Amino acid sequence: MTLIVSESPVLDPRTLAEALQLRAAHPEAMPLAGGTDVMVYLEAGVIDPPRWLNLWRLNALRGLSRSGDTLRIGALATHTDIGRNADAQTLAPALVEACRTVGAAQIQNRGTLGGNIVNASPAGDTLPVLLALDAVFELHSAARGERRVPAAAFWQAYRKMDLASDELLVAVHLPAPGAGDHTHYRKVGTRLAQAISKVVLGARVRLDAGVVTEARVAYGSVAATPVRCPKTEAALVGRRAGDLAAAADLVAQDIRPIDDVRSTAEYRRDVAARVLRGWLGTLTA
Amino acid sequence: MSQIPTLTPLSVVGQGLVRADGHAKVTGAALYVDDVRPEGCLHGATVRSTVAHARVTRIALHPEDAAAGVVLVTADDIPGENVVALMTDDQPALASTYVKHVAEAVALVAAPNREQALHAAARAIVEYETLPALFDAETARGNAIRIFGEDNLYAHITITHGDPASLFAAPPPGTRVIEGVYRCGHQEQLYIEPQGMIATPGMVDGRPSLTLFGSMQCPFYIHKALKRVLGHTDFNVVQAVTGGGFGGKEEYPSLVAIHAALLSLKTGRPVKLIYRRDEDLRATTKRHPMRGRYRSLVDEKTGRLLACDAELLFDGGAYNTLSPVVNSRGVIHAIGPYRCDNVRSEALMVATHTPPNGAFRGFGAPQAMWAAERHMDRIARTLGLDPIAVRRENLYRDGDVTPTGQTLKDVGVGIVLEAALERAEKPLPASQSQTRPGGGGAAARVAQGRGLALAWHGCGFTGNGEAALKGKAAVALEGRDVVVYVASTDIGQGVETIFPQIVAETLGIAVERVRNAPHDTALVPDSGPTVASRTTMVVGGVAEKAARQLRAALAAEVGFEGDFDAMLAARKSVASLRVQAEYTDDGSLVWDPKTYQGDAYPAFGWCCVIVDLEVDLDTGEVTHRRLVQATDVGRAINPVLCSGQLEGGALQALGYATSEELVLDAQHGMRNNRLTNYIVPTTLDAPEMETILVEIPFAGGPFGAKGIGEIPHDVPHAAVAQALEQATGAVLERLPMTPERIVAALAAGPTETQA
Ligand SMILES: Cc1cc2nc3c(=O)[nH]c(=O)nc-3n(C[C@H](O)[C@H](O)[C@H](O)COP(=O)(O)OP(=O)(O)OC[C@H]3O[C@@H](n4cnc5c(N)ncnc54)[C@H](O)[C@@H]3O)c2cc1C
Repeated sequence: MTLIVSESPVLDPRTLAEALQLRAAHPEAMPLAGGTDVMVYLEAGVIDPPRWLNLWRLNALRGLSRSGDTLRIGALATHTDIGRNADAQTLAPALVEACRTVGAAQIQNRGTLGGNIVNASPAGDTLPVLLALDAVFELHSAARGERRVPAAAFWQAYRKMDLASDELLVAVHLPAPGAGDHTHYRKVGTRLAQAISKVVLGARVRLDAGVVTEARVAYGSVAATPVRCPKTEAALVGRRAGDLAAAADLVAQDIRPIDDVRSTAEYRRDVAARVLRGWLGTLTA
Repeated sequence: MSQIPTLTPLSVVGQGLVRADGHAKVTGAALYVDDVRPEGCLHGATVRSTVAHARVTRIALHPEDAAAGVVLVTADDIPGENVVALMTDDQPALASTYVKHVAEAVALVAAPNREQALHAAARAIVEYETLPALFDAETARGNAIRIFGEDNLYAHITITHGDPASLFAAPPPGTRVIEGVYRCGHQEQLYIEPQGMIATPGMVDGRPSLTLFGSMQCPFYIHKALKRVLGHTDFNVVQAVTGGGFGGKEEYPSLVAIHAALLSLKTGRPVKLIYRRDEDLRATTKRHPMRGRYRSLVDEKTGRLLACDAELLFDGGAYNTLSPVVNSRGVIHAIGPYRCDNVRSEALMVATHTPPNGAFRGFGAPQAMWAAERHMDRIARTLGLDPIAVRRENLYRDGDVTPTGQTLKDVGVGIVLEAALERAEKPLPASQSQTRPGGGGAAARVAQGRGLALAWHGCGFTGNGEAALKGKAAVALEGRDVVVYVASTDIGQGVETIFPQIVAETLGIAVERVRNAPHDTALVPDSGPTVASRTTMVVGGVAEKAARQLRAALAAEVGFEGDFDAMLAARKSVASLRVQAEYTDDGSLVWDPKTYQGDAYPAFGWCCVIVDLEVDLDTGEVTHRRLVQATDVGRAINPVLCSGQLEGGALQALGYATSEELVLDAQHGMRNNRLTNYIVPTTLDAPEMETILVEIPFAGGPFGAKGIGEIPHDVPHAAVAQALEQATGAVLERLPMTPERIVAALAAGPTETQA
């Protein structure tokens, strides 16, 4: 049988403090969570890190907890953990739905939310939802302690993010959904499992007496990073439920899709707007 | 035929016995070629061309690899002929002077481990003088740049039946001429186990020998090809447990085996050559793309076919492989299961500078019947008739004559049509109507549709192919057990289970006492290749005959004819008793390969497929909800395996319909050569399936069995197209019908055709 093998040594911390020390001492070491992204790169020969930093034993990074209406999700929470968590189902149904579309059962059992975030693929399925929900990332380093970065500021360019070489992602904080919040997740993939998104939408609209007071529209697979759509969001604010769909016409100005092996720029542009329009049309006061 | 005959129940045949190889496979005990590592084994890798057409001016190892002792094999190391012997000898084992397609094997390397071998192959130095390349079949046909022969045609067949020319020249009143163009792209077989082979040197009777062990469908194809390359026959070929083939392991493994043998010959060591998935996808054969131009003269009121003119243009790729067979099957099946008394059907197989296309389940029939079925729908649409009514009007009946002049009997197409329609009315179970995860939910705008398509499929080799081949099978009494010796391999379809069933039934013993011998050319006779829906029907029949001869031989030995175990008890000798039988026909089939007139096949299978689907009008995503198929299988030797073949084949065709597409780079190499990006359906994409086995026994097959391996892949894609049309009005005439193409067709509006 052909195995995917790395001969590089593995650093195996048991506590977060130890992990941060090792991270600082070995910036060349690649953090390893579920390994579902890493193994693909390894097999394709695009990475060959001299050392691994295994995060899998850091129980402090596991689990979900609710305080008040805020949900804290450990970076090592798997897509299955999130999908099955009652608090996540109540507070962040769009994220739960996103996690249930990642790969298939085996990948969901092993792949983590932190890995999805730091892998920073423009097609990462949870990322538009994290943008739409105003997620905040909790980053730690041995030297500077804790720091928080909003999702909207995290992905800066193609696979470049606001994460220093001595930092680890420890948790994701999702603020309480506001009264009148409506959220939506839509994945346009290539098939029903093991599908990389052609277009993936995460959206949130807050309605107050039938009028939009806050809007978040975010997409994956339509630009070099997961993106928010400022023009579309601005056009939504102040509009009345029942009359929202037209704002989707602005999506084309907010995104920069390309042709690739999975789809075409044209399809992505049209479909991105359409799936948003369809959802906006269902929102009534 | 209107009534299905009643079959006599049998004790072993007709039972859905658990597959003989199942336990080992599900427990992981089965050894595939990559699970085996002989002592001292080196690893091989293939140096491949990066351009489509060029003269090769230099081949060398990277100096570091040369210094490290990596072994390089080029065409100069070939002891015999530099050829992959098959239908014509146009394909070299190693492209030493010219490369004709991207990813062509130029040289080979061997190293102590796989990574080192792959690395050395990747950085080997190959210098080219590039030459202009022809990528498109229409341009390549007759082009001044020669790829094959005088005109870049591997094959060209025209069948003429009746007098279509006069009818088209002067259409009678009340008739219409209807024309259409239908296209299909490539399709990859996507066996789960990539290509792989191990060559191990040894000694037999004091002479050096070589054993080829690997993933394959046809041990004797490899034997014939390797003999030419080595210049002798001191070797044997053994099939390893094989993880799928679908035609992809019919002819291609000959190349892999030749390569492994050459590496072993040069190094004197066992050499293992296993393709990476990305390499396998880029280098190996695909289903032939096709463009079908159809013109029919039909009765305006009924849609009755009065004359048809069909031209199929296939892209064969850079070497001939088995393309003429695809061309042949394509042209014979071009009109579908419909009677037309005036036909001209022509098929051309064109050479291009692209990786060779080759064997794939259906062999041209899925392409030809895509065109035939879409054309039927076009006729119905143009005349404002119901597509099923137009089919009913035209379908074959007993006594009808096909374009090759064959008079049909036991025609099952009407029966399968009614059987499928009867079941199609059942409402969807609740679980199937659920929304898809990550789907639009309440926001989704969806449309539902149902489509139907009909197929016929000639079982076995065309014309007198079987009589010429004389496939052999042996059966031997070994102790109290019986061993079946066939070259037909199990590639997932059930040979290890079905042959013991046929032989046990014939001998009247428990199936547990019958097993297949290893498919090793040193042990088994040449049964012919494991292809063309012929294994159960033809080789199974030869095995049945051998079993009857074994009974007779035993009776002769003990002096009475009776119960098998009674004869066994009376036997004095304990020596094994082996008999061999071969295929003979009764001479009733008459076929002229020059005019393509006569009896094209000993039997035809018949099939009706009905697909229910849902299409998202915003995204073009298709959810296949339910697939009903009714198929005339002759007789199901093992109904569970038989249904499994039909269901797997239909799912493969659904992938062909809506998701499987090759994305090509500038050199026409496959860009989406990963499982992530070449989109075959997963279990979640599979619809609920209802599979109806219709049993109209075929006198020439064992217990009435017909070949069924290919027919399920013939038309589900056409049913999908009709369902999409019914759901949305959009007409799609090019495969695959990806969401991108569906969205474009929806935007173009109803009945706007996509040329
Ligand atoms: C077959 C298959 C199907 C897939 N399908 C999908 C899909 O449908 N949708 C989708 O979005 N993704 C998909 N993926 C990608 C992958 O499964 C997800 O991105 C997953 O969430 C990654 O998590 P992981 O824990 O496995 O990450 P890993 O592979 O362990 O790590 C990914 C990256 O993140 C870094 N990293 C991980 N955790 C941390 C941390 N806490 N701090 C700092 N850096 C960290 C690693 O160093 C690495 O660079 C698929 C992958 C496969 C193999």
